[in-house]
Amino acid sequence: MSMVNPNIQGKRYPRSAAYLVGREKIREFARATFASEESIDLAAAKASGHSDLVAPPTFPIVLQEFGLKLVIADPEARLDFSRVVHGEQKFVFQRPIVAGDLLTSELSVASVKSLGGNHMVVFDTEIFDEGNSLVCTAISTLVVRGEDA
Amino acid sequence: MPEISELTIGDVIAEKNFNLDRDSLVRYAGASGDFNPIHYRDDIAASVGLPGVLAHGMLTMGLSIDPVVSWLGDAGKILEYGVRFTKPVVVPAKGRAVITVVAKVAELDPETKKVRIDLQTSFDGNNVLGKSQVWVQL
Repeated sequence: MSMVNPNIQGKRYPRSAAYLVGREKIREFARATFASEESIDLAAAKASGHSDLVAPPTFPIVLQEFGLKLVIADPEARLDFSRVVHGEQKFVFQRPIVAGDLLTSELSVASVKSLGGNHMVVFDTEIFDEGNSLVCTAISTLVVRGEDA
Repeated sequence: MPEISELTIGDVIAEKNFNLDRDSLVRYAGASGDFNPIHYRDDIAASVGLPGVLAHGMLTMGLSIDPVVSWLGDAGKILEYGVRFTKPVVVPAKGRAVITVVAKVAELDPETKKVRIDLQTSFDGNNVLGKSQVWVQL
């Protein structure tokens, strides 16, 4: 299979369907990432001024995955997922994600670069709330190993 | 909530060990939706040339920030969190992989009350995350 198509740099993929952030989903994700029980205590969240439980900082990965699935399914991108290694990941918050949020996400290809025999692809996933305000940006760098790597 | 005036660059604000076993990986797969079989099947991990079943990088990233969230007492104070994945964490079929996280104060901005915390996440004597930085709002 040939390498990632460099022409997808700048490409924006369609907005995801709405995702309702569930309180128990937050608890499930938090426990799976070894978060403390205090961090998923409703009374503590409300005492900190939140309307409901706050999602763990890496929770937006769940929404990033929706966009990446579109890239993998896009024949123009030629992204061979069996050769992909996760290089870097970052989350930048405008505000925390809380249970009850109705979110949508939109992925774009920030850059495609060659490095040695590999390709480095940077994806930006913007996550919006119901009022279309930006909540978080997830930035993911995937390393696609070359044919000989 | 910690006070910025009480912090000094280099302060260790938290240190914690995490025990990962295969159950941990299956639980994370279910919670995150990442069902790549290299995270639970030895035969598939071996067939693609890996030294064994690996923890999801995102699981390592996810647990590494827990000591910071506990220190803050509120996950809503996290402004930014980024890491580079530098080495894999091999999780044996029996027993466990022990990951150690040390969180230190790296940068202070008294005007905006923003603090950068750097994380050192190690397994088997090696750092498994690089450039692991968290910006928090105090």
